[in-house]
Amino acid sequence: MKIGVCVKSTPDTAITRFKYTSGNDGIDAAQVKFTVNPYDEFAVEEAARMKEAHGGEVVAVTVGDAGAGKVLRETLAVGVDRGVHVDAVNTDSLATARLLAAVARSEGFGVLFCGKVAVDDQASAVPAMVAELLGWPHVSVVTAFSTDGATFTASRAVGGGVEEVVTGALPVVITAERGLNEPRYQKLKDIMAAKKKVVGVVTPESLGVSAADLAPVVTFSAYADPPERPKGRVIPGDAAEAARELVRLLRDEAKVL
Amino acid sequence: MAFDGVDFYKIDDLLTEEEVQIRDTVRGWVDDNVIPIIEKHAREGTFPMHLARQMGEMGFLGANLEGYGCPGLSNVAYGLICQELERGDSGIRSFCSVQGSLVMFPIHAYGTEEQKQKWLPRLASGEAIGCFGLTEPDHGSNPSGMITRAEDKGDHYLLNGAKMWITNGTLADVAVVWAKLDGVIRGFLVERGMPGFSAPEMHGKHSLRASVTSELVFQDVRLPKENILPGVTGLKGPLSCLTNARYGISWGALGAAMACFDSARKYSVSRIQFGKPIASFQLVQDKLAFMLREITKGQLLAWRLGRLKDEHRLEPAQVSLAKMNNVQIALQIARTAREIHGANGILDEYPVMRHMANLESVYTYEGTHDIHNLVLGQWITGIAAYS
Repeated sequence: MKIGVCVKSTPDTAITRFKYTSGNDGIDAAQVKFTVNPYDEFAVEEAARMKEAHGGEVVAVTVGDAGAGKVLRETLAVGVDRGVHVDAVNTDSLATARLLAAVARSEGFGVLFCGKVAVDDQASAVPAMVAELLGWPHVSVVTAFSTDGATFTASRAVGGGVEEVVTGALPVVITAERGLNEPRYQKLKDIMAAKKKVVGVVTPESLGVSAADLAPVVTFSAYADPPERPKGRVIPGDAAEAARELVRLLRDEAKVL
Repeated sequence: MAFDGVDFYKIDDLLTEEEVQIRDTVRGWVDDNVIPIIEKHAREGTFPMHLARQMGEMGFLGANLEGYGCPGLSNVAYGLICQELERGDSGIRSFCSVQGSLVMFPIHAYGTEEQKQKWLPRLASGEAIGCFGLTEPDHGSNPSGMITRAEDKGDHYLLNGAKMWITNGTLADVAVVWAKLDGVIRGFLVERGMPGFSAPEMHGKHSLRASVTSELVFQDVRLPKENILPGVTGLKGPLSCLTNARYGISWGALGAAMACFDSARKYSVSRIQFGKPIASFQLVQDKLAFMLREITKGQLLAWRLGRLKDEHRLEPAQVSLAKMNNVQIALQIARTAREIHGANGILDEYPVMRHMANLESVYTYEGTHDIHNLVLGQWITGIAAYS
């Protein structure tokens, strides 16, 4: 079975200091170090484990510029057999989903793993759209996954400590939550072996996706920092009195009680 | 915020994509596996044994060797591994240097096929640990004066003598021991458990506390004939190993310097005195500028040296220059970083004093700073000051 996994190149949030482009209409990519979206690492690991258990081929797909293709190469050292780089601009979630769905169709994936969210736009939109475009079921925020090659069982934390278990037949789109697995390190010999693996570059046209299909339905008009947090306030007085004042402020001013 | 490297001169542009990827991988591994535990091990004076196998699985051991389970990386990639490991701790980098450059390298270069098959895969995986015995209690900078001797007894060699300051000695499954056979220095593989061989740990170190340092004692050790390294005779054998290890140290020291610089920079912008960050003061900026300047120069030395090594055009004297320079500046940077941290700098809440104490060893081992100066003096004048 061909196992698909979607990968997005996102800023390395552990070390990146963001700057806006001059018109505040985007992030200045030149100042940013990009890496594999952290949630996609869980998706890649799950795909690699599924291959190790059942055989098959793991194919990672990304949509973006040459830099995104470079980030895709990193997954070749952690269990991905081959990459597909769709050379196109990420305009909005729907356009990206159309391209990924076209790849899934042309490759004939039996399952598609994605991260539950990309840490740049935080939209959590693409995987569900891909599933809809493919007519596949979609299970999100998955913390445990197993399959016998025909059916699957997926667990998801639905809040309040409740775990929901979903079963069904493949194909399916799964989005990975932290805790689904522990992604492996890139071993140095695997980095060297990855040099021999192939990332194929495809265009939207070659996938049969037209410019009209890619016209964005969402546009980004401006970016701005959140307002600066006001300074904390110290309530003077003895403990009992200060606590009374704190409760009053929480009720009357903050209106959280 | 995680460590994001020191790259003022865009040295990453001089690296291949794989080299950057390898460096970033080791960096992440050190952040996850070394930095959280290293202060505890340094305090307790223990080597984190569980890391040996992990380093093997990751491919850090004998990384620039080909075959026998080694990944066959470029020398620049090997240097970057040393840099990142030593950003964690000089003791961890020492483990890797000894295993790869001082034990696996001579077996790989001078050993028989049987010796290679027996030891290299297990040393590469971290399943077996090796050590290197050259220095003796009374022969440090003058190794050719060694008194450890092997005698040919017909069907075996008989080894007598003692070695000192041996990293990994007590842990080692195999020791590459240099001893005189009929007055000529030869390499021998001495295995753990051989009667007459013991490796007591040395205690009381103020430096490299997360690394095991030992004596090796040989009392009538009967070595099978097949345990001699056939491929090399004379001081060239151990010196070629040291050239490889010193090469790695020239990168490793930069890692320790980067850790100290990073800590000092972060501390100086957050520490408020006289109502403003101490980073606002010109004297502190002068110190930080010194650190960045010296790290950047050291990076260019190490990078160029690595490329020369990859092209097989490296001269040992060039390694001496990079080793002595980069360790000296790392030690100065560590001391300066301690100053910037003020009293906090002496606490193990910050890595600087540990690095500073470690670097005192690194300054002296693998050819002291002074001896490397004399190597350069000989290269310049043609006159060896130490002979």
